[in-house]
Amino acid sequence: MSSLGSAFAGTGRLVRLALRRDRIQLPVWLAGLTLTQAATVSSVVGLYPTEQERVAVAISTAQSPVGVMFNGIVSGTSLGATAMTQSFLVVAIAAAFMSTLCVVRHTRQNEETGRAEMIGAGVVGRHALLTAALIVAVGANVVLGLLNAAVLIANDLPAGGSLAAGAGIAAVGIAFAAIAAVTAQVSETARGANGMAAAAIGVAFLLRAIGDVSGKVVDGGVTLISAWPSWLSPIGWGQQIRPFDRDNWWVLGLLAVAFVALVGLAFGLTAHRDLGAGMRAVRPGRPAATSGLLSPLGLAWRLQRGVLIGWAIGIVVLGPAYGGVGDEIEDFVGDSEQLAEYFEQIGGAGSLTDLYFAATLSITGLAVAGYAIQTLLRMRAEEAAGRLEPVLATSVARTRWMWSHIAIATLGTVLLLALMGVSTGIGYGAVVGDVRDQVFTLTGAALVQVPAVLALAGLVVVAFGLLPNLAVALSWAALAICVLIGQLGQLFGLPQAVVNMSPFTHLPAAPAAEVTALPLLVLMLVAVAFAAVGIASFRRRDLALS
Amino acid sequence: MTTAISVSGLVKTFGPTRALDGLDLSVATGEVHGFLGPNGSGKTTTIRILLGLLRPDAGRATVLGGDPWKDAVELHRRVAYVPGDVSLWPNLTGGEAIDLFGALRGGLDPKRRAELLERFDLDPSKKARSYSKGNRQKVAVVAAFASDVELYILDEPTSGLDPLMGAVFEDYVREIRQEGKTVLLSSHVLSEVEALCDRVDIIRLGKTVESGTLADLRHLTRTSISVETARPMTGLAELRGVHDLQLDGTRARFDIDTAEIDRVLGHLTLFEVRTLTSTPPTLEELFLRHYGDELALEREAMEANAR
Repeated sequence: MSSLGSAFAGTGRLVRLALRRDRIQLPVWLAGLTLTQAATVSSVVGLYPTEQERVAVAISTAQSPVGVMFNGIVSGTSLGATAMTQSFLVVAIAAAFMSTLCVVRHTRQNEETGRAEMIGAGVVGRHALLTAALIVAVGANVVLGLLNAAVLIANDLPAGGSLAAGAGIAAVGIAFAAIAAVTAQVSETARGANGMAAAAIGVAFLLRAIGDVSGKVVDGGVTLISAWPSWLSPIGWGQQIRPFDRDNWWVLGLLAVAFVALVGLAFGLTAHRDLGAGMRAVRPGRPAATSGLLSPLGLAWRLQRGVLIGWAIGIVVLGPAYGGVGDEIEDFVGDSEQLAEYFEQIGGAGSLTDLYFAATLSITGLAVAGYAIQTLLRMRAEEAAGRLEPVLATSVARTRWMWSHIAIATLGTVLLLALMGVSTGIGYGAVVGDVRDQVFTLTGAALVQVPAVLALAGLVVVAFGLLPNLAVALSWAALAICVLIGQLGQLFGLPQAVVNMSPFTHLPAAPAAEVTALPLLVLMLVAVAFAAVGIASFRRRDLALS
Repeated sequence: MTTAISVSGLVKTFGPTRALDGLDLSVATGEVHGFLGPNGSGKTTTIRILLGLLRPDAGRATVLGGDPWKDAVELHRRVAYVPGDVSLWPNLTGGEAIDLFGALRGGLDPKRRAELLERFDLDPSKKARSYSKGNRQKVAVVAAFASDVELYILDEPTSGLDPLMGAVFEDYVREIRQEGKTVLLSSHVLSEVEALCDRVDIIRLGKTVESGTLADLRHLTRTSISVETARPMTGLAELRGVHDLQLDGTRARFDIDTAEIDRVLGHLTLFEVRTLTSTPPTLEELFLRHYGDELALEREAMEANAR
């Protein structure tokens, strides 16, 4: 069957090409996810050293629907099992994203950009592109599984459970690589293929969330038996391996069957379509613009609205969940002195519930700073991609163009933080039976974050104006430094001068502490000054094209 | 004659590279002006300075009587621009992008827009991500031609268009000139420049090396002559300005310096001319004359590599 052999011709070459393109990206994913696992395990070892504490946290997590929804199942009280409740879901979902992005990058994205055409003109078989992408994705997951197992073993956890955990993470990633193999055939664009694969991850997450939340708690409250919807989800299957408790290796069989079936389907689809075409045609859009688009602000909104809507949905989902557990926090933290201490160091004085909300909102502030940075860096992306050039060649002033993006980033920041306050307030208010007051208090507390987010956002504007080629790196580095200072500053006893560099340091810990106007005003002034410097610099400089 | 664009001694450096090295350019109002030069010679850099996107290190540039950097916003109401490499927003349709550019420039004529879409055979309801290079180019060309402005700056506008569309493009440029508008046309397609341009500037390594009407430039180069006479020709080789002579009794082919053409023709009549064809130099030859040494160097380098 030479025709079958020739369909895969050139696969080895394409694997090497893909590895070369991913030589930075994949190692960063692998290192990031391995470090996440390592950090979680060592924090579990530190926070819950005794069996008694682990029993308590297992019981309280299993009883909390929100805990089950976001942490996943509880299965046993060994150190390893407790660590798995904290880390498995996060790492497995991240592995799923790593896999879908990788497969789409080396299949549909290649076709869309026309690279596949050049490759296809060489000695390369019809199935080689997809096969090479799958080999790279599966390989990356195997390495990820082994690294995770090694981290667990290095923390003195049993080898059997560690390997089962690593295998579970890898298997979830591999299953989603196969799902992306299918979506890459169905959609005509890489964006569409990534979107469908991400939706599949979301559905898998929700299915197991429903199954887990409606499951039964047995064994004196330390084991959760999931209901049937969890068994419809590849993420659910990974959890059901229950490492360090039952080590159900047979569940991997389900994942293997799903992988073979999906990859078979993907190859079937490649055989029945033309290069570059999809299964689902791209819908035609508007032949003419609506008047809303026809201004710098209209254009900026069109480019930025997707990001803002995505963030808003995420916040509306998370807010009530954070609010809902507010009531349980006293019981939860009551069992762990370290956690209580942590909250107090983060927040100062106040009731534990208020401290919890102060900590939650401060993390939200950092996350929303991520939104503001992402939004403002769009300016740099527009410039580097050459799309700013024709806009500035029209009668649009540089200042006006910049203000459009700054306005959206600013209003988006206020909106997202207000949404967080409102949705957390609704979640908490519903539990304690006082929605109106809680929404009011928590929205106010959330908005306290605005000046710090804007001060950091101002730095992005300065970087864009003065050092366009470094703006992306500098902006994200600044956020990373703020996150590190916020999380570790007080715990590790960094010098105050360093801690003060983060604008978030200067915020009052609302709702636990009294809000004073002065730091907020100073931060707003800093933000305005940064924006002014950034705009003035951009007006004076050459356009920096990639 | 009023000038639409006047540039003198323009210098622009990017780090160690000197992209423009004292460039001069003068475009009269109402003319189609060709702007020729190989890749990397500084055409796009010049255009970006004329649009106020880059700031020159030295020299003066005036566009429609204004300073392209200081008066950018005001000037751009009167200028339409087609970039050499058109990048569009992948999630906007071609029609939306055309309307956007038009509106940001100060409005476009909807009737003309519809006519242009039809002539250029462009589907405006497709998302830009599915457009080929040629279609992205058409979006910019349609947006420019649908605007009512005084000056059109076109940077290799036909580089992605097929010959049919190239012809449609030429029609529109002629139409614009008839309306008394000015066009600066940077191009690699020499036949297009020959067909459209009143005057050309040839630049090289950031400097203007040749400037004038096509007739002026032709004067500086050679015309090919092919001639048949009744009696065998003599004395041709001794005439000033004759090159590459191939003589076969009563048939001769040679190149001649255009300035010497009259004297040589007088000599030929001594032998009773039967037929004569004279081929004026193409722009291609003008171009090659200026870059010929570079081509020769490249050829040498290639041969050296081959060895």
